Amino acid sequence: MGSPIASIVSVGISKFGVREGLYTRELFAEAAREAFDRCPNLNPKRDVQGLFVGMMSESYEHQAHVAPLFLDWIGLLPIPAFRTEGACASSSVALRVALFSIASGMYDVVLVGGVEKMTHLSTTGVTEILAMASDFPFEQWHGISFPGIFGMMAVDHMHRYGTTEEQLAKVAVKNHEHGVLNPKAHFQKRIRVEDVLSSTPVAWPLKLYDCCPRSDGAACLVITSPKVARKFTDTPVDIVGSGQAQDTLGLFERDNFSGMKVTRLAAQQAYKMANVKPEDIDVAEVHDCFTIAEIMAYEDLGFCGPGEGGKLIDEGVTQLGGKIPVNTSGGLKAKGHPVGATGAAQACEIYLQLTNQADRRQVSGAEVGLTENVGGSASTGVVHIYRRGD
Amino acid sequence: MTTVTSQEKGAFIRDEKGLILPTVENFYRFCAEGKLMAVKCNHCGAVICPPRSICPKCFGNDSEWVELKGRGKLLTYTIIHFPPSQFQALAPYAVGILRLNEGTQLPGMIKNVKLGDLRIGMDLLVDFEATLPKEWPKWPRYFFKPAS
Repeated sequence: MGSPIASIVSVGISKFGVREGLYTRELFAEAAREAFDRCPNLNPKRDVQGLFVGMMSESYEHQAHVAPLFLDWIGLLPIPAFRTEGACASSSVALRVALFSIASGMYDVVLVGGVEKMTHLSTTGVTEILAMASDFPFEQWHGISFPGIFGMMAVDHMHRYGTTEEQLAKVAVKNHEHGVLNPKAHFQKRIRVEDVLSSTPVAWPLKLYDCCPRSDGAACLVITSPKVARKFTDTPVDIVGSGQAQDTLGLFERDNFSGMKVTRLAAQQAYKMANVKPEDIDVAEVHDCFTIAEIMAYEDLGFCGPGEGGKLIDEGVTQLGGKIPVNTSGGLKAKGHPVGATGAAQACEIYLQLTNQADRRQVSGAEVGLTENVGGSASTGVVHIYRRGD
Repeated sequence: MTTVTSQEKGAFIRDEKGLILPTVENFYRFCAEGKLMAVKCNHCGAVICPPRSICPKCFGNDSEWVELKGRGKLLTYTIIHFPPSQFQALAPYAVGILRLNEGTQLPGMIKNVKLGDLRIGMDLLVDFEATLPKEWPKWPRYFFKPAS
């Protein structure tokens, strides 16, 4: 196992869902407050040296320059604050930048977070802002919506590998099943395969229940250098692998629409750095913005071979109780997808799992975890690997 | 065929030698003349669309415009039922990615086809809308249609 790059000593997550009347600053403060309260040995005003926060778009609430704003709302002015943007991977990119700050020796204790406020806008309004992460002159200009991008991936995957709409539906059913066990999730409601298959078409073959919801929410982690982690907690979680890759903004420029090259490359880097293999992963949070994305993630992360993602969901390998439980939080599908918060929230779930704090959704004996977060049409891909601190 | 002229849309953006720069804006100004254009890298020969100054294949920065025949095969597609607001009147509509015979790829709307007849691998042609969009940046839209 690779040596730790940094350690997570605390996490906080706001309730995800429709948070009427609360905006990004308040949601972020809610998550940060929980992270501080969970770690009584941390004195934020004294200890925290920087904030790294991911948020996708200023357009949702007409608010840019959010790094100082969020810092102010958590009472930590005037330390440096950095905002990163990588579409739906914004806060995984923030986590990587925070790792650089720690690995460089510049900082020993930092906050990493992410937030988005979406539900005050109409579905059409949100669709248009999300579409900004695709290529404007060639995709948006021609009426290609964001679900449309993943719809084209799904059609290719079904054509190439025989993946079925039922298999896609099973991803949604599984993640809703997990969401029932997560009080912070947007949805605590079971659904059936028939519900998915009969839901309103969005971008064929993707239907409403193949798509994650628009959500409000925030997540926050306290990250330290491994050498100081034990000052704050007896149960740190070490980040032992980190990878990131980029691809064309437009899906159409790629050789292959049935997989995500950024996930494959980021995973290779992270596995190598952590010195682990896919079969060593006990629990994973992956980017199920649309059901097809989780099927492709299984393949691109090496949980199965190319084209075998549908079979993996059929066999129940990725549900709680299976060999590699995936998206125990409910995933983007049921936990919700406040886009800027998602990467940080994935890391929070893995922290909870590896410290045995995941309550009814706990994966027994989990020691090694993984997060996979993609931005846009998988133009940004970030993979992290975590290990329970010994 | 289009009724839009390059005068209506403005002149091409050129470099100091008068050469038409390999830019997205110029791609669409060619569309206004009914031409589907790409750039060909003079180092590695790759045909690149959208046009750009640095070749994504070989890193070369010397290219020239080439006209594409506008014929190709459908690589993948989807049917949009829930569109962005400016396309709402058209829904449901098909979009897809076309592999052009010259070797580059473009996404776009597929028209003049029954949605049930869409097939991966089908032959498609590029055509151009007759009217210019009113909203910024007023680029004339190309679209795909069955070859037969």
